[in-house]
Amino acid sequence: MNAQGTHMFFQQLINGIALGSTYALIALGYTMVYGIITLINFAHGEIFMAGAFVGLLLVATFKMNIFAAMVVSMLVCMVLGVLIELIAYRRLRKSSRLSALISAIGVSIFLATLAQMIFGANARSFPDDAFPVRQIHIGDADISTLQLLIIGVSALLMVALEYIVQRTKLGKAMRATSEDYNTAALMGINVNMIISFTFAIGSALAAAGGVLVGVLFNAVSFNMGLMAGLKAFAAAVLGGIGSIPGAMLGGLLLGVTEVMGVAAGYSSYRDAIAFFILVLVLLIRPTGLLGRKIQKKV
Amino acid sequence: MLSVEKLFVSYKAIKALQDVSFNVEQGEIVALIGANGAGKTTILNTVSGIVPAISGKIAFKGEDITGIQPHEIVKRGISQVPEGRRVFANMSVLENLEMGAYIRNDKKAVAEEIDEVFQRFPRLFERKKQLAKTLSGGEQQMLAMGRALMSRPALLLLDEPSMGLAPMLVQQIFDIIQEINASGTTIMLVEQNANMALSIANRAYVLETGEVVLSGDAKELAANPEVRKAYLGE
Repeated sequence: MNAQGTHMFFQQLINGIALGSTYALIALGYTMVYGIITLINFAHGEIFMAGAFVGLLLVATFKMNIFAAMVVSMLVCMVLGVLIELIAYRRLRKSSRLSALISAIGVSIFLATLAQMIFGANARSFPDDAFPVRQIHIGDADISTLQLLIIGVSALLMVALEYIVQRTKLGKAMRATSEDYNTAALMGINVNMIISFTFAIGSALAAAGGVLVGVLFNAVSFNMGLMAGLKAFAAAVLGGIGSIPGAMLGGLLLGVTEVMGVAAGYSSYRDAIAFFILVLVLLIRPTGLLGRKIQKKV
Repeated sequence: MLSVEKLFVSYKAIKALQDVSFNVEQGEIVALIGANGAGKTTILNTVSGIVPAISGKIAFKGEDITGIQPHEIVKRGISQVPEGRRVFANMSVLENLEMGAYIRNDKKAVAEEIDEVFQRFPRLFERKKQLAKTLSGGEQQMLAMGRALMSRPALLLLDEPSMGLAPMLVQQIFDIIQEINASGTTIMLVEQNANMALSIANRAYVLETGEVVLSGDAKELAANPEVRKAYLGE
């Protein structure tokens, strides 16, 4: 690889990692919810969209600082996620998995339509001064302050998540509940509370992703949750659904491959790349990269 | 201490328990024996709140606990060692014990309790950092019992503690059950190994297709020709 090529490669790698970080943030919510109640939360992409809109509203209308807006958006979406579970999933927990899945699709359509009614069909953008974008030279490659923000915030959130899940009492109870729901209840764990907690955390991460993506592409629209949600879902499955490190790895891998694919000249296949990789990995490793063998619960 | 009256439980159309009544007094070891599918596990899971009752009443320490949530039942002092041990396979031995102490908030007291469990089961101490799935069957049974003791239950429900264990280990586990009982915990034991169960129990109930067919003093039941024929392999 010549100097020009290496430069290109690092540049695209940085772009890919930034995009992939946002996929990873969304993918974590899919994988955590699946891990605990084996439901693909199809409304998760719309929580991401809601997060972007709340952030936009706070920055554009209330002139709030982007970081403060992100934190508030995460809190709002925590409540949204918990409410969705309470209203649309909880009562279906003991019925067939298909019922909950259909309910999830219903919530997804409802939220996207609601956003269209409130904010209109046109994409909106963050004000230009929402985040000061500058280019920083690192060796041969350029990294923008925006990419740095995305990678930094994502990394920080993932480290925080890892800490919560591995070290705190609630996080341990979450792991216990995802391993064995009934036995967790026999330990005195309030499993309903743990499930709400899981939705809250996953939704907060999606909201952060929504704000970051909104600033990155400078576009927030009612249907942005669909493609981002599908790709993040692909990332979660790619990494092994139910596995938290898997979602992080899957997201990064997908982002980097997508950007590399576009750089190599296949830009019209941009959205297809993610699903092509998904099919390929599942053919070779049906449980995903870091997925455990699926043990049928008795 | 525990009194169950006229309990009926169904799984969809299948009747699992019909008109089951029994009681457990403070300090006792009470055994529930019966064939596979007789409803023994269903009884324990209904007491623990995992399986809902259609009708009937479960009272613990004089309070009605029918239909309350499983985690509330643990808080009132009933802990269960489930069938097949059900340790959290991908969590360490220490983390499994911590989960057993989930309802308790006094960190110092919990740490002391963990030490007590390690004294009772030294093998667990040697393996405290290992994932539970790497333990042998006997060690997993010890972990499941230690974990259930972490909530300091007044009543311990044990579901098939001998299942899948070598005879020498079964003897060891039953010795430990007697020790736990001697230190003040009331025990209700479900077993297919009726011989072992009757040898340590004060009283026993015999269950057949969801109904209590016999009950009484464990020694007398062990001597009963019908019981010997049906459950003790004679």
